[in-house]
Amino acid sequence: MGGRHDPRCGGAPTVTLSNSRSHPGARRADGRIAASGRCNRSGLEMGLFFVSIAALMAASALGAMFLRNPVHCALSLVLALASLAVVFLGLGAEFVGWAQILVYVGAVAILIVFAILLTRGSESIVPGAVLSRSWWAGAGVSALLFLTLAGAILSSPAARKEAGEKPVVTVKEIGLLLMDRYVLPLELLALLLTVALIGAALVAMQEKGRK
Amino acid sequence: MSLMSLHVYLLLSAVLFSIGLAGALTRRNMILVLIGIELMLNAANLNFIAFWRFGPHPEALRGVMFVIFSIGIAAAEAAVGLALIIAIYRHYRTTNLDKVDSLKG
Repeated sequence: MGGRHDPRCGGAPTVTLSNSRSHPGARRADGRIAASGRCNRSGLEMGLFFVSIAALMAASALGAMFLRNPVHCALSLVLALASLAVVFLGLGAEFVGWAQILVYVGAVAILIVFAILLTRGSESIVPGAVLSRSWWAGAGVSALLFLTLAGAILSSPAARKEAGEKPVVTVKEIGLLLMDRYVLPLELLALLLTVALIGAALVAMQEKGRK
Repeated sequence: MSLMSLHVYLLLSAVLFSIGLAGALTRRNMILVLIGIELMLNAANLNFIAFWRFGPHPEALRGVMFVIFSIGIAAAEAAVGLALIIAIYRHYRTTNLDKVDSLKG
């Protein structure tokens, strides 16, 4: 994880912080100027990488929701969730990123594709029948929600925070926490998963006496 | 307004959540509604991770643990939801939500 970068610059946020930390009185702008050219370029590259991943995620999420063919929607969902996993990796949550790929890109996507295959032939190919009758209300509610959220985020001073030192998260630490402090939620989750999977199998099972 | 500060991630999560909500509210196909719900769940996970990374005491791993449990519960939710969709499809021979209205008065 740490071997890819110059140890002094693990991305833009760390650079500005470590500089302002070494000179407690220095303003953040001074720290940016003082950062070496390589660090600046690496920060810029990281920003460009993040912007392209975010654009890919938004575009594939739009595709997952508004493409006509459900199979294309499922594949687009895979792309959106994989790019979200990349964002998790960039944020330093490596374990969550890989779990995201395993669970969503691996399992949930396959479940959805199987569900689409099992319910094939039901959707009408009539043009314009993809959206429900009251689509304008749903679109209005989501646009309103997005505007409210964006306004709140952009006007909040707390959201302007820069990242601190990248925390080192090892799988060992997560495992120890799961076995120690979070052991009760873990057991409850195991119970929930068992019950949910048995319930899902029962619900989806072919009923006797009905074809 | 730096490029990599917290509000960038919060805005990205808001975009993802709104797209998921729009799809869940407007699509006719039940499976697509479930995909929209998955997108909304993932937007919430992104918020947890972003607040964990930018908040105080990231070494306590609270956000990470929450997201791990949330992913597990989302897997159970997807399994039950898709089983329900298959059962409804078997009963009505459709996945069109506008046609599944037996309770309609």
